[in-house]
Amino acid sequence: MFEDGSIINELFIERLNYLIYVVLLLIGLHAMIAKNNLIKKLIGMSIFQTAIILFYVSIGVKEGASIPIYLPEHDPHASHASHSDGNETEQAIHGPIVLDTELVKGYSNPLPHVLMLTAIVVGVATLGLALALCQRIYQGYGSIEEDEILAQIEKQELRAQSRSNSKQSKPKVVAKKKPATSKPKTRTSPATKKSSPNSKAKSVSSTSKSPATKPIRKAKTVPKSKPVTKAKSTTQSKSSPVKSRAKPASSKSSASSKSKPSSKAKSTGKPKPGAASKKTSASKPKSRTPKK
Amino acid sequence: MKKLSLIPVLIVGALLVYAAQDFPEWGSPNSPASQSPVSSHFIANTGVDTEVPNMVTAVLADYRGFDTMFETVVVFIAGMAVLAILKKSGEKNPKKREFEVDAEPDLIVTNTVRLLVPVIQIFSFYVLAHGHVSPGGGFQGGVVMGASFILIALSWDLDTALARFPLDRCTVVAGLGIILYAGIGLLSMFLGGEFLDYAELANILPVSREMARYHAMLGVEIGVGLTVTAIMFSLYANLSTEGRLKGGL
Repeated sequence: MFEDGSIINELFIERLNYLIYVVLLLIGLHAMIAKNNLIKKLIGMSIFQTAIILFYVSIGVKEGASIPIYLPEHDPHASHASHSDGNETEQAIHGPIVLDTELVKGYSNPLPHVLMLTAIVVGVATLGLALALCQRIYQGYGSIEEDEILAQIEKQELRAQSRSNSKQSKPKVVAKKKPATSKPKTRTSPATKKSSPNSKAKSVSSTSKSPATKPIRKAKTVPKSKPVTKAKSTTQSKSSPVKSRAKPASSKSSASSKSKPSSKAKSTGKPKPGAASKKTSASKPKSRTPKK
Repeated sequence: MKKLSLIPVLIVGALLVYAAQDFPEWGSPNSPASQSPVSSHFIANTGVDTEVPNMVTAVLADYRGFDTMFETVVVFIAGMAVLAILKKSGEKNPKKREFEVDAEPDLIVTNTVRLLVPVIQIFSFYVLAHGHVSPGGGFQGGVVMGASFILIALSWDLDTALARFPLDRCTVVAGLGIILYAGIGLLSMFLGGEFLDYAELANILPVSREMARYHAMLGVEIGVGLTVTAIMFSLYANLSTEGRLKGGL
């Protein structure tokens, strides 16, 4: 089994180092793909990075070689120790020489070390940037679980669209009433709250669940608010309904966002702050489960 | 979902293991990387070209000077981006989180750190300035220096560290490092060479062309060190407090 040339021998004895890097890299990759927690994803990224750095450094290894710093006999400043300063003339005499190939073998490869040196520092800086983004996400969404964040973003997009819709159809009262009547079919989750803002909340969940109603509504809602404004309104929280409402209206016909535009025209334009927060909190667990 | 993600992972793993069989053995002097003319050239000619004994420093700051300059810019941009991302949120949530506690600085810890920090900082200067001759250089020295400030922040509190190295000074110092680096490059350009061709500095320095490279590399490394020091500390200051810059860990 361990005789020369067998694959086991190849992989587990002679190239064990590569195997270790592969395993490390896979751990990192799996963490990046499978974990929901953004911080865990970053940890996975760091492990991935470490595997690559180890790989490069191991390429620079040369058996029997010294570190890539000249030994005293090759040091261009070997004379430097004996006489301290003002030795330009003497350097010219001593003159560093180009090493021949035999001597080159005595030094390990400097290039991988250089590359990884900068990679490590840049990796630290970019990791810091990623952590800052995570903190910002946590402040905006109150979570760093990817699925929860996605659910919230979806909801906010729906809300933003409903707002822009209500802007279009000026008679708000009518808009309000319509959805209330038309909705019942689609509604699956009757977490009923009475008043208008709540009806909106319901409609959000209901529309997202009912694909049948989507196409029609899509056609209606051409101008959608920009994703940016959406994100902003989410992070700034519900506290500024005026601002966030104004924005989607102004941003006409931006690129259509990805989500199904469930234009609950019903959406009573102005969401009360309280209602909005209720919505998010209420629907969080719901949206999470269906994803899996 | 978790199971599903194993599929691409295992495929990648299988490919990598398959490819690993073609890689050179550990430490083989005949590996393509060691045989390549590039690395041989660096090893053979660094002494002649730059008179720097540490090939890594020479390759970093001279042969690949352009690359290193923009690596430094990347570090700088990352630091500025963190500032930009967290500044506003820090202003908006000035109050502490509940998990942050006010603790008196510990007597033993602070006194130990009081003894350690000067040593660390002098060592960082050594690493930076001696980077030509021994392992070291701008990145390493800068990180050690930044760590000394982080140590102060950890053992007292962030305010103490910020009193010594305010954040706006961080920004200035970080920018200064890059200006120093690019300035040396531009200077050598104006003296008749190419950008970052330090040999031209021999026109204004009383040294040979090779030694001009040697000294210019020191200047460049100092620039890198300044940037890395400032960015490392500002990263810590911002991340540990979510941009509030007081309290924190």
